[in-house]
Amino acid sequence: MEGQEIILKLEHVVKRFGGIAASNDINIDVPRGSIYGIIGPNGAGKTTLFNMITGVYDTTEGRILFNSEKINGLPTHVIANKGIARTFQNIRLFGDLSVYSNLLTACQKNITYSLLDGVLRTRKCRSQELEMEAFCMELLDEAGLADVKDQKASNLPYGMQRRLEIARALATRPKLILLDEPAAGMNEEESDRLSRFIRGIRDRKKITVVIIDHHMDVIMAICDQITVLNFGTLLAAGSPDEIQSNPEVISAYLGVDE
Amino acid sequence: MNYWIGVATLTGIYMIAILGVSILTGFTGLFSMGHAGFMAIGAYTSALLTKTFHLPILAGVMAGMVTAFGVGILIGYPTLKLKGDYFVIATLGIGEVTKLLIENLPNLTGGARGLTDVPRGTTFPMVLVFIVIIVWGLHNFLRSKQGRNCIAVREEELATASIGANVAGYKLLAMGISCALCGISGALLAHYMHYLTPSMFNMIKSDELVMTVILGGCGSLTGTIIASLILVPLPEVLRFGSVQEWRMVFYGLLVVLVIIFKPSGLMGTKEFSIRGMKNFCRKIAERGKER
Repeated sequence: MEGQEIILKLEHVVKRFGGIAASNDINIDVPRGSIYGIIGPNGAGKTTLFNMITGVYDTTEGRILFNSEKINGLPTHVIANKGIARTFQNIRLFGDLSVYSNLLTACQKNITYSLLDGVLRTRKCRSQELEMEAFCMELLDEAGLADVKDQKASNLPYGMQRRLEIARALATRPKLILLDEPAAGMNEEESDRLSRFIRGIRDRKKITVVIIDHHMDVIMAICDQITVLNFGTLLAAGSPDEIQSNPEVISAYLGVDE
Repeated sequence: MNYWIGVATLTGIYMIAILGVSILTGFTGLFSMGHAGFMAIGAYTSALLTKTFHLPILAGVMAGMVTAFGVGILIGYPTLKLKGDYFVIATLGIGEVTKLLIENLPNLTGGARGLTDVPRGTTFPMVLVFIVIIVWGLHNFLRSKQGRNCIAVREEELATASIGANVAGYKLLAMGISCALCGISGALLAHYMHYLTPSMFNMIKSDELVMTVILGGCGSLTGTIIASLILVPLPEVLRFGSVQEWRMVFYGLLVVLVIIFKPSGLMGTKEFSIRGMKNFCRKIAERGKER
């Protein structure tokens, strides 16, 4: 993996909430086009990292670089528009809207018509809307949600809600996607299907994936590289094989898990 | 007959303000308890301009809209950063301050005694044209990227930011639209009533605007229209005979009933359409057969 272009770089990132360090001196290099896993016990500071990368929290110290550009300190929507999309650990869909509307809303980044075009529904507006409609239908097919497209998002079963959240993140046409426990609460069959879907995102859409999860079978199967966090500090980093045979990791995490 | 045309004109005028509040409260999820204040700004701006400078009525209405919009944006910019309930409290203050300002500038606005000899000019066809244009524009707006982003803000703010939409910006947009429509409504009211008093724009009026939106269903344009067609003329219909003292009781009772039996409002987030009506009838018929 050496010599590859780095799409996301965390340099000595620290986040303190009062006296508690949720993240302490974290260094991570995510190569472009990889699937990168972040694992660790509950409370290790994984979601805090995602929140810092997407600008929900500012970092206390350190820098976050996306395509060699410093992004920490920027507002969430500006970072999103640079090409970072995410999903949430506790699902945050537009619950009252249909599955289709959830995706269509997320296409907004790639719609360029002005407010006036929208209110007068000019030709420019209509042609872009048609384009987005086709794009969303394609995405619904890929995510296996075409059959439920008119259903209210909050009425979907849990696994589908997770998939819809990923599809909504993809609708923004990101360069990097952050998945926060996408396999949580899924059975083996569902998580297998999810693994294939995530691999497809990287292989076909050329989107770099960073994934947090507790499902070791998913992580070990799809990740090229893994970072292990424990109590806000970096415990280890390496390929799945290296991580699985690292004694420190086994005692801190995998050992407890087995 | 003239009386009923009058009721219809007033209903139309208030419907414009209620449509504005619907965008803010129903679609963007922000509650306001002071939008009658923006109606007052529109009303007094237009009334004073047409009375003093003899501008045409339509120019006055446009000026009223622009002023209400401007003040709304100016106030919205700092207050929309407040979380949840604090914004409601801020709007409550804005509504009252506007009313008090008008009452305490007697040389300009006539103070609490009111402003008389406002040029007449609002007619029923004119109001109807305004409504048709506004409903068409809002319908398009809600189907556009900007409208969808406003709805997304109501649904889930953090998710809206993470798809790249500026949450504060879209809140401000909704605020601007609602204030502009309240400005138009106030201006039309001024030229219909021929006089203005600050008490026409008190907090009860603001509450009525929000209440009508909620009863119609938050997130339904047609729901808002239907609710305003029922609720705005209701006090007028109940004005006759001995029921007069009971009209506010009846009004309150209706609000309570809707909240108990249909908490999401008459239409919920659904829109009224011919196709939807057919589906609804078919469902009722099928249920009848099953029994």
